[in-house]
Amino acid sequence: MYAFDYHRPQSLDEAARLLRERPEAKLLAGGHTLLPTLKQRLAQPSDLVDLGAIAELRGIREEGNGLTIGAATPHGEVETSELVRRLIPALAELAGEIGDPQVRNRGTLGGSIANNDPAADWPAGVVGCGAVVRTTRREIAADDFFTGMCETALEPDEIITAVHFPRPKRAGYAKFPNPASRYAVVGVFVAETDDGVRVAVTGAGPCVFRLTALEQALTADFTPNAVDGIEVDAAELNADIHASADYRAHLVKVMAKRAIQKALG
Amino acid sequence: MPQVRMRVNGREVSGEVEPRTLLVEFLREHLGLTGTHVGCDTSQCGCCVVHVDGRSVKSCTLLAVQCDGAEVLTIEGLARNGELHPLQRAFHECHGLQCGFCTPGMIMSALELLQRNPSPSEGEVRAWLEGNLCRCTGYHNIVRAILRAAEEMREAPQPAA
Ligand SMILES: Cc1cc2nc3c(=O)[nH]c(=O)nc-3n(C[C@H](O)[C@H](O)[C@H](O)COP(=O)(O)OP(=O)(O)OC[C@H]3O[C@@H](n4cnc5c(N)ncnc54)[C@H](O)[C@@H]3O)c2cc1C
Ligand code: FES
Ligand code: FES
Repeated sequence: MYAFDYHRPQSLDEAARLLRERPEAKLLAGGHTLLPTLKQRLAQPSDLVDLGAIAELRGIREEGNGLTIGAATPHGEVETSELVRRLIPALAELAGEIGDPQVRNRGTLGGSIANNDPAADWPAGVVGCGAVVRTTRREIAADDFFTGMCETALEPDEIITAVHFPRPKRAGYAKFPNPASRYAVVGVFVAETDDGVRVAVTGAGPCVFRLTALEQALTADFTPNAVDGIEVDAAELNADIHASADYRAHLVKVMAKRAIQKALG
Repeated sequence: MPQVRMRVNGREVSGEVEPRTLLVEFLREHLGLTGTHVGCDTSQCGCCVVHVDGRSVKSCTLLAVQCDGAEVLTIEGLARNGELHPLQRAFHECHGLQCGFCTPGMIMSALELLQRNPSPSEGEVRAWLEGNLCRCTGYHNIVRAILRAAEEMREAPQPAA
C-alpha cells in the first residue's frame, strides 16, 4: 500500500467536509474491496475517510411500507436481522450468501453499491426491489444509480447514507456463486412490487440490468414456467475464465426459475 | 504517526503506527503475537482471523487505526491459567490439524460460530468455515473437532473469552 493520511470523523458533515477539502481522498467503509485494491497499488488516495465512527450510518429500521438500511451496516447484520427476515426475507438471504462470515462482518451495503462490482449481490437486491439510494445530497432511484461497470451516479464528494427498500409483495434471490470467491457468476432477484414485477440480473453483464422480457412474462403468469418463453441474448454478457457468455445466458434462466420458486415460498 | 490504543487479550496496549499498518502487522510485529498467521494476504484464506469487538474478522483486511479503542481477541488469549480452551483441546484430540498453519484462524472463526450457535449441525459448521482454507487436513477432522468442542462447551459453559 502507498502511504495515506487517515481520518475517523464522528459526523457525516465532517466526513463530507474532508472529502470536499481533499479531492484525492477516498471513503473507507468495511474496507473489503478498498484495502485489497490498495494492497495491489491499484489506487493511491491521499487520505482515507473512515465511516466507521458515524453512528447514524448504521442500523436497520422499518420505515413506511418498507425497510431502511444504513449505508455502513455490515452484510451480517442484514442477514441476521429479525426485521429484515420478517419484512423482506429475500434480502436477508442475499446478504447471507455474500462471501464468508468474516467478509459479512465487515463488508457493508453502501460500500458494495458504491463500488458496483459487476458480480456483486447487493445491486440485484437494490434494483430488484426498486429501492431508493439516499445520499448526503439527494435521493437516487435504483434504476438511475448503477450506470455502468463499477460506475454509479455518485459525485466524488457524495456519501451514501442509507438505502430505502419498499416491501415487495413477494421476492426471491438465487445465485450461482463462484465456488472460490462466492461472488455471483450469475444472480437473479425477482420481486412482485406495488409497481409491477421487477427482475434484476447481476454477475452476467458489465453492470446489473433488468430483464424486461421476463418481467412482462411474469406479469401474465408468476410461475417458473414464464421463463421458458423468453430468450436471453448472450451477445451483451460477460465471458471470462469462470463462464462463457452462452453459459451465463443459460444460468440467467436457471437462476430466474429458482428465484421465482423462492418468491412463491 | 497516529497513536492507537486497544485491549488485546484483556491487556491495554498502545503504539505508534503508520495509517497503512494492517491489524495483523500490529499484532505480529509490534506486539509479538505471532499466533495469528498470514496465509494469503488477499482476504481469502482466513489464517489471520481474530475477534474485534466480539466478531471474527480477517486481520489482514483491516487497518490497525480502524481498531483504535477496540477489544481484540487472538488465539493467544484463549487458554486460561495454562489450560487449553475446549476448541484448542478438541483440535488436538481429534487430529484437526497437520501443519497447523490454518489452525489459529480456524479456531477463532469457529469460536464465533459457537458463541452464536452453541449446537450447530455438521452442515452449519461446514458452511461457516467458508472463509477458512486448509491445505492439509481435508477439513473432516476440523469439523469433528468443532462439533466435539461444541458438545463440551454446552456441558461446561466457558467464561466469556
Ligand atoms: C473474500 C471476499 C469475498 C467476497 N464475496 C462477495 C460476494 O460473494 N458477493 C458480494 O457482493 N461481495 C463480495 N465481496 C465484497 C464485499 O461484499 C465488500 O464488502 C463490498 O464490495 C464493499 O463493501 P465495503 O464496505 O467493504 O467497502 P469498502 O471497501 O470500504 O469501499 C468500497 C468503495 O466504496 C466506497 N464507499 C464505501 N462506503 C461508501 C458510502 N457510504 N458512500 C459512498 N461511497 C462509499 C469507497 O470509497 C470505495 O471506493 C467479497 C469480498 C471479499 C474480500
Ligand atoms: S491472510 Fe488474511 S485472509 Fe489470508
Ligand atoms: S493444517 Fe496445514 S493448512 Fe490446515
